[in-house]
Amino acid sequence: MNLDLTPEQLAFREEVRAFFAENTPESFKPRVRAGMRLEPEEFTRWQRLLHARGWGAPSWPKAYGGAGWDPTQLYIFETEASRADAPVQFHQGLELIGPIIFTFGSEAQKAKYLPAIVSGDDWWCQGYSEPNAGSDLASLSTRAVRDGDDYVISGQKAWTSYAHVANRMFLLARTDPDARKQAGISLFLIDLDTPGITIRPVITMDEIHHTNEVFLDDVRVPASALLGEEGRGWSYGKVLLDRERGVTAATTTRLAQQLRGARQAAAETIIGGARLADDPRVADRLAQFELEVMALEAMVMRTMAEATSGQDSGPRASMIKIRWSELLQQITEYWVELQGYGAMAFAALDPDETPEAWPAKGMVYSRVTSIYGGSNEIQRNIIARRALGL
Amino acid sequence: MNFDLSEEQRLLKDSAWRYGADHGDLTAWRARVERGEGYDAASWRRMADLGWLALTVPEDDGGLGAGPFETMVVAEAFGRYLMLEPFVSACVIAPVLLSAATDEVRARLLSGLVEGGVVVSLADAEPTSRFELNRITTRAEVVDGGYRLSGEKSHALDGGVADWFIVPARTAGADDDEAGVSLFLAPAKTEGLTVVRSRAMDNRHNASLKLDGVVVPAENLIGGLGEGFGLLRKAVDHGLVARLAEAVGAMDAVHEMTLEYLKTRKQFGQTLGSFQALQHRAVDMAIACEEARSMMYLATIALSDDAAGRRKVISAAKARIGQTSLYVGRQAVQLHGGVGFTEELAVAHYLKRLIMIDMAFGNADHHRAALVECLKPGAVAA
Repeated sequence: MNLDLTPEQLAFREEVRAFFAENTPESFKPRVRAGMRLEPEEFTRWQRLLHARGWGAPSWPKAYGGAGWDPTQLYIFETEASRADAPVQFHQGLELIGPIIFTFGSEAQKAKYLPAIVSGDDWWCQGYSEPNAGSDLASLSTRAVRDGDDYVISGQKAWTSYAHVANRMFLLARTDPDARKQAGISLFLIDLDTPGITIRPVITMDEIHHTNEVFLDDVRVPASALLGEEGRGWSYGKVLLDRERGVTAATTTRLAQQLRGARQAAAETIIGGARLADDPRVADRLAQFELEVMALEAMVMRTMAEATSGQDSGPRASMIKIRWSELLQQITEYWVELQGYGAMAFAALDPDETPEAWPAKGMVYSRVTSIYGGSNEIQRNIIARRALGL
Repeated sequence: MNFDLSEEQRLLKDSAWRYGADHGDLTAWRARVERGEGYDAASWRRMADLGWLALTVPEDDGGLGAGPFETMVVAEAFGRYLMLEPFVSACVIAPVLLSAATDEVRARLLSGLVEGGVVVSLADAEPTSRFELNRITTRAEVVDGGYRLSGEKSHALDGGVADWFIVPARTAGADDDEAGVSLFLAPAKTEGLTVVRSRAMDNRHNASLKLDGVVVPAENLIGGLGEGFGLLRKAVDHGLVARLAEAVGAMDAVHEMTLEYLKTRKQFGQTLGSFQALQHRAVDMAIACEEARSMMYLATIALSDDAAGRRKVISAAKARIGQTSLYVGRQAVQLHGGVGFTEELAVAHYLKRLIMIDMAFGNADHHRAALVECLKPGAVAA
């Protein structure tokens, strides 16, 4: 048992470190550090930068345009990105549908969709949740009815992040209303400019337009939009859900960014000649975060090492998701506390005064991380049932 | 021992809740916010008609001369119905401070205040003061016929809608001395004063001030020269306790909304409220609401004590209500799931309001540290 990296891995680390140092735009850094998402066009810019270097899809096999890295390399890549205040890549195409397409898709689907995901030319959004199918996703009621060479899709999707930016959507719809709950669900790849699709923005409490409701009204798509087999969509979808939790493991390396931001705020705030960082109570709180982040990072390292050697990690991905979201919330909350009244300006009212509200926005945004991707309550159910036998 | 409201206080509460319910439409509220309005001017006038703006103004000055319990009842309704009008700044804090102003200034400002024509904001915080009320580096020097003020103030609550500011400035002593602090009235529009307005996450309009040699006439000094700190502390205590009542009103409302959601939202073929893990969470929220209400009563009662007696109870209450209110607000969002995270339900707005109330006049962490000082051997007994 050791933490040693091989000479090759050390050389790889130098290579990615140099890349991030050279290429991470300064304008991204304050938002990245606060745990905020970038603007869509900035995500695309970042994706193109990585693609130009051959790193557009770090977790994909080389055969599909990926970097072909093993989990240890991926971990090094994400850790170095975190160190440089570089963003997380936008994940819906790369992590949520790409792997499904190269695992279950037809050759035509692979050729049509995969290259544009890696290059950043396509933006995919996820049409899973519905107003009455959130945590209980399998109760979804959007229907896809076969009509000659087409399917006609009708229903309503909720929490469709970036539908207003995306040109494509992967969605789950019910093709057999009589089958058992999960058995009648199929997965479709559709173009968002197909007639019958209406997108309504939903503004979230960070006052940013990330997400939408999507209404599908007799949306006619060719039968070739079906991925894999009819009625198997749920099983493909479960691979996605597992992968979404895997993405969270990569995201976890970014907690170091928020902790660094909080430390910096403590070091820069001087009250009566004394730095806040030198207040024993502040130092104590920051040390507590440090050790909790360290424990979580060690869990992630074990998970990545097991993935490299093909071992099962049991429910640890769910555990990491819970702890990451809780720590993200607590660290950004404390960062805002350290800023004090300096965090109060959420938006300017007078021209030419843009408040640096990123930590406060990041703190508000962090509330969703214990809700999305399977709420922390659902994650706990998964751990209790699958791992603890309760 | 008695925690009951009097008959008159109960009537005031009913009237305030009825007003909030009648005027609390979230769609209209959000539209107003999106138009960039700090608060509803028509509402403010109606509140003047209801007598709320005159509540704490002494009868001799044309007010109703009511006390902290009446303020508590109205402030709780402000929290419960997310009302954005600057009640606490203009009608709780300012009247305490203005009580020491000259007869002429009182006559002028208080009559406007009671009618809803004048909003006064206290600019207590400075960029390097953090939550320490006594740390004041803004300076005032005597000039011919008045005073000249120079310094910076940060995020005066409701300062974005204020016509007047009350500016604590140092006329003597070291940066954190309580002695040597003087209070000055400055109009929002005057030479040398730059008001930078900002909107907080709870949609209140606050302001930071840059005072670059602002000259005010001698009559704008409130109280004795260098003797303003005691009054400043008293005014902040009254404002702080009113904010606690707002927090308790918001906590109860958002807890009720969450219970309603748990009882109606179905997943996996059953209501969310039938899951034991969520039942227990709702119970912990209910306990938090009860603790907070109890602390609100203690703090409101303590306002009648002398300064030393107030300190311990008010800091304990601010700390505990900060802790419990953030727990309740965050869990309300969590239990609502995705919809709780949107601007379309009130739930998220309650959480953002509670975050800002916790920060106002020092957060839970600050007041717990203040309590440490109160508990040290030799500290003035409560």
